[in-house]
Amino acid sequence: MVENRTFGDRLAYLILTIGVLVLAFPVYLTFVASTWDAATIINGQMPLYPGPFFIENYYRTLFIGTSGTTREPVINMMMNSFVMAMTIALGKIFISVLSAYAVIYYRFPFRMAAFWLIFLTLMLPVEVRIFPTFKVVADIGFLDTYQGLAVPLIASATGTLLFRQLFMTIPDELLEASKIDGAGPFRFFKDTVLPLSMTTVAALFVIQFIYGWNQYLWPLLITTKDSMQTIVIGIKKMIVTADALTEWQLAMTTAVLAMLPPVVVVVLMQRLFVKGLVDQEK
Amino acid sequence: MAEVSITNVRKVYAGNIEAVKGVSIDIPDGGFCVLVGPSGCGKSTLLRMVAGLETITSGECRIGGRVVNDIEPSDRDIAMVFQNYALYPHFSVYDNMAYGLRNRGTPKDEIERRVQEASKILGIESFLQRRPRQLSGGQRQRVAMGRAIVRKPQVFLFDEPLSNLDAKLRVQMRVEIKKLQRALGVTSIYVTHDQVEAMTLSDKLVVMSAGRVEQMGLPNDVYRKPASRFVATFIGSPPMNIAKGEVKGKGAVSIGDVVLPVSDMAADLVPGAAIEVGLRPEDLIVTPNGSLTMAVDFIEELGATQLFHGTLGGATLVIQAASGLVPPDSKTLHLTIDPAKVHLFDVETGVRRGL
Repeated sequence: MVENRTFGDRLAYLILTIGVLVLAFPVYLTFVASTWDAATIINGQMPLYPGPFFIENYYRTLFIGTSGTTREPVINMMMNSFVMAMTIALGKIFISVLSAYAVIYYRFPFRMAAFWLIFLTLMLPVEVRIFPTFKVVADIGFLDTYQGLAVPLIASATGTLLFRQLFMTIPDELLEASKIDGAGPFRFFKDTVLPLSMTTVAALFVIQFIYGWNQYLWPLLITTKDSMQTIVIGIKKMIVTADALTEWQLAMTTAVLAMLPPVVVVVLMQRLFVKGLVDQEK
Repeated sequence: MAEVSITNVRKVYAGNIEAVKGVSIDIPDGGFCVLVGPSGCGKSTLLRMVAGLETITSGECRIGGRVVNDIEPSDRDIAMVFQNYALYPHFSVYDNMAYGLRNRGTPKDEIERRVQEASKILGIESFLQRRPRQLSGGQRQRVAMGRAIVRKPQVFLFDEPLSNLDAKLRVQMRVEIKKLQRALGVTSIYVTHDQVEAMTLSDKLVVMSAGRVEQMGLPNDVYRKPASRFVATFIGSPPMNIAKGEVKGKGAVSIGDVVLPVSDMAADLVPGAAIEVGLRPEDLIVTPNGSLTMAVDFIEELGATQLFHGTLGGATLVIQAASGLVPPDSKTLHLTIDPAKVHLFDVETGVRRGL
């Protein structure tokens, strides 16, 4: 038995290690490439250990930009991406919490119709409605603006559904106790519903932040100025160059930089997850 | 403190479902009124209408002389204890109790004073800073009571507050609730489906069935003179025995071939009429020279008392008697009954046919 178990354990670890290597190796390679110069990468003999150009590459990428295609410092692109991702995440949480609260706790005419309309938008992601959405955004004059980047992506049903399910699990007695305690609809929302939803809010924030950060198609369509570019588009533009050598070391540096904010968000929010799970009980 | 008067209150839900069909109850200041009945009899709906959590379809509800039909729950000057406690899970015990007062803009030191006072009464001072999750069922129940007490309301409303507790704790909390209510002197309405709770707590017992009041009065009166077969079998444990019988004449009925004397009998009952005879298990007294003979099928041992299951005049019957009175292998029992303790009910309507 004991023999078998250690063998099983070893096998499990072996498979786990292979899996980790397969997943981590490209990331490692990206990092290594971001620390060498262009010549070393292009001659196809790049070593698998970090090189001496770390500071130079990162400084150039962040604050100067590539010499060829985009010429925009990546720090600006990161700023654009960050603003867009934050606006989408916060805006979506705000709208979906409120709409779910309305659908669950208020009785108004066409309540279910409103809910099903929201539900239907699930079937219409940005990619499907991209031309009408573009037309609307263009007509309002939101091209090349943060509003244009973020607002169309805020409107979707996932968050509303998530919070609706959550609110349905909050016992009615809590609402009734609040009524007797003299808490109006807003107080009940602020003092009871929101604190009980913090875990879900954190989860939705993480998902939406990464979703916003990784947007490609939509920013590509509505931004034309270099100064409004997001980092994901920046990477793409660095790699595909018509008549110049791709500056791989800078593209890789940008890729590493693009990975960092989502990682930070996940790490920070994970603590809130755990805190939320430990703290509450419905 | 205030009297509560409910007048012809009805509740009709969407789809024309009538949950409460015209109920009138008056509860004096400081009274303890218990609404009891089976599930779906409308007792909770009635309580929730007093609380303001349900609208009143028609009729009037007054608290302290003020009509409260259209007044918000928070302005009715009531406090409610819920079955599942409904404590705010993310607040500490202290905040749970203070929340209602804060919403009313009570000064901080006044809140502090009242919470301390209530927690002293209930013995929960040591865990004011804990979350409800960290408390046992009985402690949560106390916190829920504390939340009601700190408000110093005119009326306490209890919605089956003990049904989530285990049997032992339930008995203990029952006594505490009664003591507390006596000490505070606050008018209370208490909903339960447990007839023991109803009997022990109330000084006004209201038995409800299918949206109507079947009977109301002092608990002992309800027990001793049930107004209908429903009340007779609902109140009391083990329940009253009901046997098919026949009127034999003035002051006598029969169950099969056994004739019983009756003192409480409606004058218009004619000999030969079918009637239902109700006998409380503890009113049939075992005595060696009793005139009634019961065949015993089996005996249930309850410790202090024994239950004898058997037949009398062809009707099945349960008798309760103190342990040790009868040898355990007895096959027959001799019984006697006070003629005043034989209850008669109409076969069709179940209404009491007494004087």
